[in-house]
Amino acid sequence: MEKNLTHIALFAALIAVLGLVPKIDLISGVPITAQSMGIMLCGTVLGAKRGALAVLLFLALVAVGLPLLAGGRGGLGVFASPSVGFLIGFPVAAFVAGLIVERWSTNIGIAAFAGAFIGGIVVLYAFGIPGMAVMLDKTMTEAAGLATPFLIGDVIKATLTALITSAIAQMRPGALLSRPQA
Amino acid sequence: MLTLTSPVNTWAHSLPAGAKLLALCGFTAILFALKSPQLQLAACGGTAGIIASCGIEFVRRSVHVLRPIWFFVAIVALWHLWSDDISGGAVVILRMITAVAAANFVTMTTRLSDMITVLERLARPLERIGVSPGILALAVALVIRFIPVMMHRSAQIRESWRARSARRPGWRIMLPVTLAALDDADRVAEALRARGGTG
Repeated sequence: MEKNLTHIALFAALIAVLGLVPKIDLISGVPITAQSMGIMLCGTVLGAKRGALAVLLFLALVAVGLPLLAGGRGGLGVFASPSVGFLIGFPVAAFVAGLIVERWSTNIGIAAFAGAFIGGIVVLYAFGIPGMAVMLDKTMTEAAGLATPFLIGDVIKATLTALITSAIAQMRPGALLSRPQA
Repeated sequence: MLTLTSPVNTWAHSLPAGAKLLALCGFTAILFALKSPQLQLAACGGTAGIIASCGIEFVRRSVHVLRPIWFFVAIVALWHLWSDDISGGAVVILRMITAVAAANFVTMTTRLSDMITVLERLARPLERIGVSPGILALAVALVIRFIPVMMHRSAQIRESWRARSARRPGWRIMLPVTLAALDDADRVAEALRARGGTG
C-alpha cells in the first residue's frame, strides 16, 4: 500500500520535473519538453492503474493552481484552452501504455515502445485532436493538421521511453511495477 | 513553491472557492452556447471589466498568464482571414480568450489551501474504492515536497555530466533522474511503514 502511494506520488512529481527542466521553444508559446515522456514513463514503468493514478494526481495539482505544465502553465485556464483534449487524454494514455507493457510479455523494450507509441501518441491524439476541433471550431482533419508538427518529436519521445524503460528493467528489475517479478 | 494565486489581494479572494468554481462552470457553458460575435464581445468585455476592477498589477499578471493561447489566436485569425469568415473567427477567438481568462481569474483569486479543500470534497466519493481523504492529502503533500528535491537532483546530475563530458547532457540524464525517483519512492514507502503506515 505505502509502496503504491509513494510511487504514484513520486511519478506525479517526475512528470512535473520533466516539464520544468529542459525547455526548447519550437514556435513561441509552444514549449517542447520531456513532459509527455513523463506520461509515457508513468504507464510503462508503473503499469496501467498506478500510471493513470499518477497522471491524475499530477493533473489535480495543475487544476488547483500549481504551474506544473510545460512552460510554467497551470491553473484552471489550461482546462479551457484548445489543448484541453490532450490533458484529458494524459491519464488514458498512461493507462493504455501500462496495459500493453503488462499484457504483452515480449521483450520489455519492444513492449514499452508499443505502449508509449499507442498510448502516448495514438490514444493521446485521439483525445487531443477532437478537443482542438471543438475548442477552435474546426473539422477533425484541420485539427489533425495542427497536431502533425508534434508527431516527429513524439515518436522520438516514445523511442527514448522504450530505451529508459528497458534500462530500468536491467538495472532495477524489481522496480518495474508494470512487470512484477514472479 | 510558487503558485498561480495572485499575491495582490482582491475583493474576489474572499468569495468562497466552491461558488467561484460553480460560477465558472456556468459561465463557460454559456460562452459555448453564444453564437453571435456581439454577445461574445460583451462577455469578453465583462470579463475584462472584472479583471480590471482588481487593479493594474493584477491585470498585468492576467495578461501574462494568457500567453500560451496567442499561438492559437494567431492560427485561427489567419485561417478565418484566408477563408473570409470573419464573424466565425471572431466568435472562436473571443470565446477562447474569455474562457481562459475567466478560468485564470478563479485560479488567481483562490488560495491553494482553499482549492485543495474543494479537491478533497470532490474526492470524497473515492473513499468507497479505498482512497481515503487522508491518503489523498498525503499524496498531494509528497508531490509538492518532492518536486523541488527532484529539480535540485536533476540539476546536480546535469552538472556532474558537464564535468565529465563536453557534450550536452540532453535526454541521457533522464535515466538517472527516473531511477532516483524509483529509489526515493522505495525509501519513502519504508519510512511510512516504519511510522505506522497509511492505514
